[in-house]
Order: sequence, then C-alpha cells, then structure tokens
Amino acid sequence: MIQIKNLHKSYKMGSSSLHVLKGINFSVKEGELVAIMGSSGSGKSTLLNILGMLDIANEGSYFLDDIEIKNLDETRAAKYRNQFLGFVFQSFNLINYKNAVENVALPLYYRGINRKERQLQALNFLEKVGLKEWSKHLPSELSGGQKQRVAIARALVSEPKVLLADEPTGALDSKTSHEVMSIIQKINNEGKTILVVTHEKEIAAMCKRVVTLKDGIIVEDKKIKQILLK
Amino acid sequence: MNSLKMFFDIEVWKEIFGSIKKNKIRTIITIIGVLWGIFIYVVLSGSAKGLDNGFERQFRNVAMNSMFVWAEATSIPYDGFKIGRFPQLKLQDVEILKKRIPEIKYIVPRNARGNFSGGSPANIVRGNKYGDYAIFGDYPEFTKISTQNIYDGGRFINEEDIKGNRKVCVIGERTQSDLFEPNEDPIGKYVRIDNVFFKVIGVLVFRQGSPFDSDSDVFIPFTTYRNLYNTGDSVDWFNIAAYENANVLKVEKDIKQTLKFIHRVSPLDKKAFGSFNLGEIFNRIIGFARGMTFLSLIVGIATIIAGIIGIGNILLISVKERTKELGVRRALGATPNEIRNQILLESVFLTIIAGIIGIILASFVLAGINLATEELKDFPYTNPTVPIKYISLALFLMVTLGTIIGLIPAQRAISIKPIDALREE
Repeated sequence: MIQIKNLHKSYKMGSSSLHVLKGINFSVKEGELVAIMGSSGSGKSTLLNILGMLDIANEGSYFLDDIEIKNLDETRAAKYRNQFLGFVFQSFNLINYKNAVENVALPLYYRGINRKERQLQALNFLEKVGLKEWSKHLPSELSGGQKQRVAIARALVSEPKVLLADEPTGALDSKTSHEVMSIIQKINNEGKTILVVTHEKEIAAMCKRVVTLKDGIIVEDKKIKQILLK
Repeated sequence: MNSLKMFFDIEVWKEIFGSIKKNKIRTIITIIGVLWGIFIYVVLSGSAKGLDNGFERQFRNVAMNSMFVWAEATSIPYDGFKIGRFPQLKLQDVEILKKRIPEIKYIVPRNARGNFSGGSPANIVRGNKYGDYAIFGDYPEFTKISTQNIYDGGRFINEEDIKGNRKVCVIGERTQSDLFEPNEDPIGKYVRIDNVFFKVIGVLVFRQGSPFDSDSDVFIPFTTYRNLYNTGDSVDWFNIAAYENANVLKVEKDIKQTLKFIHRVSPLDKKAFGSFNLGEIFNRIIGFARGMTFLSLIVGIATIIAGIIGIGNILLISVKERTKELGVRRALGATPNEIRNQILLESVFLTIIAGIIGIILASFVLAGINLATEELKDFPYTNPTVPIKYISLALFLMVTLGTIIGLIPAQRAISIKPIDALREE
C-alpha cells in the first residue's frame, strides 16, 4: 500500500537547516495497523505529514497504492488527500460551527456528492463510531473522546485507502484513549490500513507493528503481538 | 469546479450560508460597513436630486433661459444725441431682433403701469367696490415664457382678443376678493377699468415669479392697452426666451447691441438698456444643484469604498481566525480554488446583501424626508429619487470592489500551506 525509499526532509531555519528525516525506507501492506513511535523531534510527525501529502519530501520516492506521489500541485494534492487518505488529528480539528454530521460529511462535499447522500453516509459512519444520536450536536457539546470519534468517522467517510492518525489519543485520558483505540482496531480488523503516530508505549502496543524513529532514521521495525481491546 | 459553475451550485451556497450564519457578529459588523456606505450614497444623491427637482419646481412657471430687457438713459453722447437720452423700445424692434438673433425663441413686448414702470395704476370699479391696481398690456405668447395658471373656468388673453382689441381682462386673486363677493364667480362679469367696461375672462393663480409680481395684477390685451392708454408703438420692456441650447449671456449681449443699433445708441454704452437674465441666475442654481449631486456622488462612493475596505479587513481577520479551519478543509480535500472561491463569494455575497439592505433603508429615509417636506411649499425639495442607473452602478461598483477586495483575504487563505494551517494553535 505504501512504499517509501530514501526519504529526506530538512527544514530551513534561517541560515542553518534542520535535517529531520535522514533516509527513511519503509513500506506498509494493506490491512496493517502500524504505530510510528519516537520521542518528540524524532521526525515521526514529519513522516506522517509527508505520507499525508501535507508536506513534501526533499528527496526520495513515495508510492501510495502504486501511484507515485511527486511534483504535486496543491490542487492535485487536495484531490489525492480526498480520495486516498483520512486524517485524525491530536486536537480533533472539527469545524466548530458545524454539527457532528456536517463535520463528517465535509470530505464528501469536496468530492462533489450531493447533500442528501452526504448526510446519509455521514450518519452511517457516525453510527459506526457509536454517535448516531449525537449527530446534531456541535463539537462544543461533545466530550474529547466523542470529538475524536467524530473525527474518525470524518476520516473514514470518504472510504480512504489509508487512515493517518497523528497522536489520536494525545489529548484524551486513558479511558477515552482506549475507546478511541478500540474503534481504530475495529476498523483495522475490517481491513483498513492505519498508521498511528504516538509516543505512548501503551498505545503502540495496541497496534500490530511498531516502527520506532530516532533522530530521523528508523531504529526499530517489528511486528508485535497486538493487545486487543474489547 | 470552475468558479462560474460554482456560482450556481447550491451546495457551495449552502456552505457559504453555513459559514456566514455561524459567524453572526462578524457577518453583521461586515454588513454594517457597506450598508452605511450605500445608505449615505443613496440618501445624499436622492437629496441632491430632490433639491434639483425643488429648484426646477420653483422655476417651472418661468422659461429657464428667459430675460427681461428695458430701456434706460444713455451714458455716452452718440450720433448727434446728447447724453442722458431715454431711448424708447418700439413694437417694430420685435421683428428686427427676431431677424438678427436666431437664438430668440419667443419675444414678447409688454406694457404696464402702476408698478415699477411708473404711470398711475388703473382704477378699477365694480358696483360700490373699487381699487387701484397695476395693469399690464399683454400678448398671449407671454404665457409661453412665463406660464400663467388660470383658475378653472377662465382663460388668459388670446389672439382674438388682440385682433379685436377686446375689452377683456384677467384679474388677480386679490383683485377678485376686493371686488367680488367670496362665493361669486367673476368670470363673465364686468368691471370698469379707468372708466371703460371690461369683461373678466379669468382669475390668475398667483405665483411669485419676479419680485414685482403681485396677486392683484390685472392683465388686458396689448392692443386694448395701447388704445386705452394711448401708448402707440411704445413698449415698456421685452420678455425674451432663447432656445434651450443657446448661450443666454451671449443672446442677452446680442439683443442689447442690436437695440443700441436700432435706437442709435453708442455700441459702447453700458447703461442705455437694462436687463435681467433669469437664465443666468437659473444656470447658477442648476450649477449649485449639479455640484451637490456631484458631491454626493463623491462622498457616497468614498463611503462605499471605505465600507468595502472594511469588508476586506474583516474577512482578512476572519481568514486569520479560520486558518486552522481552512487547513482542515484542505486536508479533507478542498482545493485552493475552492477555498479562494468560498472566501470570494462570501465577500461578494455580504456586499450584495449589505448593498440591498442599505438601498432599502435609504429609500425609506428618502420617503420619510419627502413626506416631511411635502407640506413646505417654499422649501426647494421635491420628489427625492435616485435613478435606477446610479443604483445599478453603485451595486456594480460594490460587487466589483467586493471581489477585488475579497481576493486579498482569499489569496492569503490559500497562501498558507495546509501543514502550517493545521499546526496553528
């Protein structure tokens, strides 16, 4: 599903430049649930952003579902993001003046699907994360865990090939973290490819494979025995 | 999705309405700026138009480009004549002036006594009531220059009256009330003017045209006047109207020069003939009204521009506030074009709404002013309107500027990379 070779990324900081990713080689097969671990500054978020086409690598190749991702202009990148990727962010990033179902329906709007169909599909996915009754609530009327579940529904509604989650539990307590992770596991078991960036060992242990980054290179890449949540 | 198609896409509008509706205070503040601009513009230009109409109403009974010309005393000895001679205007002058000065549309000789022209006023008697009134000898063409409104049932002097030297008269409102009973119809009744019986043919609706006009003036046919007072071919003054596109100042000068030639007065004599040029005065007033219209245009447009800059400003802040939202939208698949068009359409939509509300409010205010000033006859303010052409122009200007101004925040919105937008806290 994902193949990256010799990926380099550096940021210009005034006169000096900060080399964040120093040659990443990494691939993900369909249906995997991968945790990308590392302390802050290890480059894990940068890697995720490049995978999410939100950022562009300086060097190296990136294939997503056998399509080479390179020389993207913003319009193409937007289309690819919409078609191939679902995002879950640490701070949920729901649009605060749209209610749950409208938030979930947003990616479908940019795909050009009509309103009725959007509502229908969005409600379906809200049901999947157990929030059908909350569909008319604004984000401010939802708890952190509920917000993240809405965000997951939004990421899934466009039927992406890969779900990218950047510290999905970073803003949640352990109980709600487990709720969210159990949903992620459920979706993964249905066959979705998922990448989770985290710095928590406990969260990583709930995945099927753990990739550890340190100072811009992969120091460890191993399959683990997944701790399944009920 | 190209932008034109987007314009007609109901989904796009639902998205825009959503964003506008959910940011009520921002929306309201934004709208007020432009609303105020168009409001000021419409009220000002409507008022200027009202003033313009008002002046026109006040002058409507007088031809806009008319003048009076009369004879005074010469100030230069010429052609064997001494200084201080009083040239006498003659009926024959009419034909010569008409021939020499093609800009003259109407030229009407008039005679009068009992007012500024000197002579004793006419003594008018009816039964045991009587009074002294200024009396005018007039041609029917006089009404072409200065509209004379006659009360129902009456008429002004006509050609037949002139030809037949008829003893008919038009009396003033006060003359009527002096000589007739309050509920008596004076038309067809007889009065004695300087011992000659005259039939009353009309009562003049009084309207102050010149300061010399009075509500007791009496008008008789020019020819009858000539016989009654033995004036021969003498004329006290001419009322002259030039064609609408003529330069009234030049016509006035030409007339005087011609009269000097006819009456053997030095061409350099500045005092031999006097004149009063209504056209020139009217032009000044019209110029003033035009100036007001122009001023209101400038002020209005400046206010509209200020309002639209305000919209741009607020949208810029709003884009900054919504950086993260826009980042999220782009992560979810919004293309830069879609984001730009959304911001642009928001700007244009707000501008149009504000414009329409402003126009409606201003119309109410204008209607209110109109109602309040309707009763004031002396106040030169009538029917304040703004031509639909100007309104359309203002709306067009607003939409154009709204688009241009909207481009700034829109461009800013898409210049932020989604990654940076998402990082913003």
